[in-house]
Amino acid sequence: MNFSVLQFPASNCDQDAVHAVRLLGHSARLVWHKDAALGDTDCVIVPGGFSYGDYLRCGAIARFSPVMQAVKQFADNGGLVIGICNGFQVLTEAGLLPGALIRNRDLQFHCENIFLKTATNDSPFTSQIPAGKILRVPIAHGEGCYFADEETLAKFKANNQILWQYCDASGNLTDTANPNGALQNIAGICNEKRNVAGLMPHPERACEPLLGSDDGKWIFESIFAALKNKTVAVAG
Amino acid sequence: MKAKIIITPKKAVLDPQGKTVQTALEHMGYTGVTGVHIGKYIEIDLAPGTDKAAASKALNEAAHKLLSNPVIEDYRLEIE
Repeated sequence: MNFSVLQFPASNCDQDAVHAVRLLGHSARLVWHKDAALGDTDCVIVPGGFSYGDYLRCGAIARFSPVMQAVKQFADNGGLVIGICNGFQVLTEAGLLPGALIRNRDLQFHCENIFLKTATNDSPFTSQIPAGKILRVPIAHGEGCYFADEETLAKFKANNQILWQYCDASGNLTDTANPNGALQNIAGICNEKRNVAGLMPHPERACEPLLGSDDGKWIFESIFAALKNKTVAVAG
Repeated sequence: MKAKIIITPKKAVLDPQGKTVQTALEHMGYTGVTGVHIGKYIEIDLAPGTDKAAASKALNEAAHKLLSNPVIEDYRLEIE
């Protein structure tokens, strides 16, 4: 599988994403923000870090970059796109995902390990996560408080679009386990077509035991499985 | 000519900055403050003689597309 990892000015989790994908046995390469084409790509990763100084709002300027036009087209054609941290912010600003990410409720930057509950296995990003498995992955953000209006939240519920929620070690969705004040403890969502997802936590930083947790690999394994099935479906 | 765009967080959106400043004002002894909302102020210089109606239309579009995020923010446009 070929992963394209976008690179904006000040992306800083791009190499981590490339490393994680390669570690798990697939190929990944960086795509510069000025490139207007993605090339041979099975999945796009919009990585964490910053983009264009995050002036105005996080991700607000990045969405106008040439590469994002290509990503939009790729997503419109059903391609798998996952945005991590700043990448999630870019995808919401680009309109590829609903809602917005605002300043953490305590106004502090949170850099810590958190626990994630997978709300549904019915997506290309969660299908391989073992049932009941609580993922331990890091977060590192100042503006990760997910917000969406009532109507959008109702839609999420009807369509099962919430993928991950912040929880405690036993899987309870408590307020103290919510690091940023996100509505309904939302850590990650997908679009209605289920081919675009975004999450604030960093699975790419938790793919090997050396880093303290390899729980993040389940998200990548889900993507690999979805792509494999898709290839079979297309070939068949 | 100048356009002024005032961007404020929507009422339903958590505004932790506003809340923190409100608390600080209360601690300083300022009474009667019932709310503080922190947003952004953008000034845009326009060429002299710019058609006001056309500028208003274009800037409203820009405010909607880029300058503000309609999901979480409201804005007010003034041209003078």
